[in-house]
Amino acid sequence: MRLLYFASVRQTIGLAGEEITLPGDVVDAGGLVDWLKRRGGVYAEALAQPGHVRVAVNQAYGHAGTPVTDDDEVALFPPVTGG
Amino acid sequence: MIRVQAEDFDIAAEMEAIASNSTSLGAIASFVGVVRDMAGGGRPSSMTLEHYPGMTEGMLREIDEEACRRWPLEASLIIHRYGRLEPGDRIVLVVTASAHRHAALEACAFLIDWLKTKAPFWKFEETPDGSRWVEARALDDDAAARWEKE
Repeated sequence: MRLLYFASVRQTIGLAGEEITLPGDVVDAGGLVDWLKRRGGVYAEALAQPGHVRVAVNQAYGHAGTPVTDDDEVALFPPVTGG
Repeated sequence: MIRVQAEDFDIAAEMEAIASNSTSLGAIASFVGVVRDMAGGGRPSSMTLEHYPGMTEGMLREIDEEACRRWPLEASLIIHRYGRLEPGDRIVLVVTASAHRHAALEACAFLIDWLKTKAPFWKFEETPDGSRWVEARALDDDAAARWEKE
């Protein structure tokens, strides 16, 4: 899976993105965020506030229940502030 | 039409292009977003806009298509910049054209309200007092929500 991080999530984790292989028991975006949080350190810090992390699966907004697989591009970022 | 670019844009030229492209329009509405002076007192400050290439264009296109479904528009244009900007710099331009003013004005307000809460852009401010990611505002969510259909 291709993971992308933007804005404060990118800054806290210290990476713009990474390639990962999903564990077998991670099937949706909520499970992915929980699994990343269990890595601890900067991941736990970046993803600590549940209301503060948005998820996009293949460049479309998703939610905790949106299915994810190793073929997907998943982005994690804070609420948007353009315009 | 949508464009995501680092470069500045020429408001008059963009509006003229839309005006000259149609013979049946009677109204052109526009919105220009400009970088505020965050530091105050003439002290240096800057704003850097980060975006999600690919998804940004996709979301802007979706929002633009939604406006065209809701209002009888002759033309619409969204230009949004990214990269490092300074106070007074233009960030975003929205132009809508229609036969009548209500459609043009409402569609223009809709586009900027939805863009602010849906297009994946993030603002990072730097001032002499420090730097910070701009927080999303509940007021912007309220503004976008008034266009939600039940």
